[in-house]
Amino acid sequence: MTRFELNGRNVEVDAPEETPLLWILRDHLGLTGTKFGCGKSLCGACTVHLEGTPIRSCTTPLASVAGKRITTIEGLSGRVAEAIQNAWDRHQVPQCGYCQSGQVMTATALLTTNATPDDAAITDAMSGHLCRCGTYGRIRLAIRSAAQDLEGRS
Amino acid sequence: MTTKTKAANALTRRRFLEVSALVGGGLLVGCQIEKGPSAAARAKRTTRPFVPNAWVAIGTDGTITLTCSRNEMGQDVHTSLTMLIAEELEVDPRSVRVVQAPADPEAYTNSLLGAQITGGSTSIRDAWTPLRRAGATARSMLVAAAAARWNVPPEACRAENAIVHHPKHGSLRYADLAEAAASQPVPTDVALKPPSAFRVIGRPLDRLDGAEKARGQTRYGIDVALPRMLHAALLPCPVLGGRVVSFDAEAAKKRKGVRAVVDIGEGIAIVADRHFTAKSALAALDVQWDEGPAAKLDTATIRATLDGAAGKPGAVVQRAGDAAGTLARRGQNVLSARYTTQMLSHMTLEPQSCVALVVPNGKTKTPGVDLVEVWVSTQFPQGAQAVAAEIAGIDPARVEIHAQPIGGGFGRRLDVDFVAQAVKIAKAVPGKPIKLLWSREDDVTHDYYRPPSLHVVRGAVADGRIAALEHKLISPSITARAFPVFVKDGLDPFMTEGTADLAYAVPNLDLRTVIQDVGIRVGYWRSVSHAQNAFAIESFVDELARASRLDPVDFRLAMLGELPRQAAVLERAAKEAGYSASPGRDRAFGVASMQCYGSHVALVAELSLDANAVRIERLTFAVDCGVAVHPDQVIAQIEGAAVTGLMGAVRAKITVANGRVQQSNFDDHPIPSMRDVPPIAVFRIENDEAPGGIGEVGTPLVAPALANGVFGLTGKRIRSLPLEDGGVRFA
Repeated sequence: MTRFELNGRNVEVDAPEETPLLWILRDHLGLTGTKFGCGKSLCGACTVHLEGTPIRSCTTPLASVAGKRITTIEGLSGRVAEAIQNAWDRHQVPQCGYCQSGQVMTATALLTTNATPDDAAITDAMSGHLCRCGTYGRIRLAIRSAAQDLEGRS
Repeated sequence: MTTKTKAANALTRRRFLEVSALVGGGLLVGCQIEKGPSAAARAKRTTRPFVPNAWVAIGTDGTITLTCSRNEMGQDVHTSLTMLIAEELEVDPRSVRVVQAPADPEAYTNSLLGAQITGGSTSIRDAWTPLRRAGATARSMLVAAAAARWNVPPEACRAENAIVHHPKHGSLRYADLAEAAASQPVPTDVALKPPSAFRVIGRPLDRLDGAEKARGQTRYGIDVALPRMLHAALLPCPVLGGRVVSFDAEAAKKRKGVRAVVDIGEGIAIVADRHFTAKSALAALDVQWDEGPAAKLDTATIRATLDGAAGKPGAVVQRAGDAAGTLARRGQNVLSARYTTQMLSHMTLEPQSCVALVVPNGKTKTPGVDLVEVWVSTQFPQGAQAVAAEIAGIDPARVEIHAQPIGGGFGRRLDVDFVAQAVKIAKAVPGKPIKLLWSREDDVTHDYYRPPSLHVVRGAVADGRIAALEHKLISPSITARAFPVFVKDGLDPFMTEGTADLAYAVPNLDLRTVIQDVGIRVGYWRSVSHAQNAFAIESFVDELARASRLDPVDFRLAMLGELPRQAAVLERAAKEAGYSASPGRDRAFGVASMQCYGSHVALVAELSLDANAVRIERLTFAVDCGVAVHPDQVIAQIEGAAVTGLMGAVRAKITVANGRVQQSNFDDHPIPSMRDVPPIAVFRIENDEAPGGIGEVGTPLVAPALANGVFGLTGKRIRSLPLEDGGVRFA
């Protein structure tokens, strides 16, 4: 039995401890907002926050999150997340949308640690996230625009 | 519209009508779809009383539902088709509930493709008139119902925002009219608004699915979860076309949570309580394979097979004047070249998956299947239905397809191989839904690949124009496998894209295709042969211009006199890009232009040289797709398709050794990341022409524009894709 905090609640999972967190979230706990794309930390679709830091859940064994705090797209909240998601709406970012949970998780973490990222910082933070529809230009615009929003409000 | 565009469109339409006729005869995928309960009848069984057609339903609670006949894969059909209905129905598109149509070719056949298919950049073109008419018909019946209630002529009433108004009698909501409207006669001829009266079409609107996608709330095929559902993982034969000879599953069966091991011929499936259990247990299988006819296949053999077929005469796509004679007379002024393109995998970010439930008939004497339900991300619900029925041995009418939002299509989900596999597995565990999920490795190594191609080209210039042009495409035919009925007299209509409708006026033309199988399965990949033909032709046009010391933009414009819309996009792209034939040291512009999908597009790529690497500074597109139903999403489609173009142009390739595809994931078959994608500017030429296709228009020109720019930058002409294999490195 492995215990960890998920989206602000304590959960207990009975599964082999080598099971990747991704499958715990999706199959055991029914949270499908976190996506499977590659299984090798290559595409970013499975990104969740571990203690606020983006990690790839497809290569994170259950054992390594015991006692830790995990946030998925379903539990993402706060002013930065809100600014990011509103900017996603404003710039009409998603096409198929499959990668966007992961993109939003990392973009939120980026603006949480760096309120005014320049283009190079945005590229560095986001280049581990693949979007097969090619929404990169709008993702960049949305991150810049969310940063401006947050700056204006603070 | 000019004569040439008209002719090209008429040709396309004729081809598709032919196809439709054949498909209507029941020849499609060898399967006749039995007439099931119509969508309208199905919808009527619910609480919605007013269902004037297969698309619209209005409930007494005011719910307005669009049954969307095309599948949403990011290309915006759920929103843009809703806009078509809403425009004439006089409702706010944001108030419309969109549900996905079941497989019902009777109601939902795509008139441009002859089956219930989402592909070929056809959704708007197909729906443009029928959906507006469906909206107008419904509105006119609601107005008639109101007029009857008030005992006034319908002309005295006006519909707006789901309410019918009369100057004296006040107003009635659609909700209150729904029941009465249902008994109004269906008008046979409704007038449609002129573009000047549009209030929804062409106006800004947020995508109806945008907010939920930014919040991780959209449920794709991979996310389907049903009570008592089991999970299946597959060990496919490492060689495409190979089969299981024998296998030992004892060790796998002993694993906790494993419920069944199923031999499906092309591989062994493990069914378990959880996906990870099933996936992990595959390692415990011991399988002997018959690797089949492709066991010795490799990339060199594939290329040699294409080279060996270059001498075949092939089938004529288009011929005018006397190309061979003209070229013979021009002697040493003739240029000839060979271009090649690589194989590619689709790399949809959502790996292939399918949930299937096989319900047994419960009879002990004659056991069989009663019905099958399938939940799947598919571009081809009709094909999914047909293949499920075939495997289950039941009538297609007894197969229900629940088509799910698609996490990337790009043509991959026109094939239904994973549906067939899921139904085979589900048959072995009847009564339980199973979810088959492929790994990324399964997906890359068991794709239907973009066909490899060889292009043999000759041409000559006289008086500043192309005097004669020969082009021969040698390639395997996707259509010969997927829809053989479409291939006639050696011509696959999906191999003649960009040549059957060549934009330039060339007096002496000889354009051909040779269908040559190479032993690997091939599939439709966003923009299909447009991408390959445009790479060859738009590169070669550039070669001809430069060999004659002519400006590549002026040279093209000189041959576009009959196609002013095409000339206009090229001029616009050049202007917006700040095009210059000689932009200075370590800088160059690459140009390409074509008409495709009933639209016109041009691209100017600005490149620079940075420490021996080519940097793509900017891609500037101009596009004329006629009326843009949802303008922002027209732009989005070009932006996204351009990234697909970059994927196919720069680096990615599929290679084969010993029958095995050598790539397996995003590390060795890369797709562009944010780092690889330059700013993309899209300029749209606005007019009231009927809409053209848009979903694939941004892809084909990227490779030739880059290749032409690389030549300008380095003097090196690269005639093969991916460009990096030709000796250039991109930053």
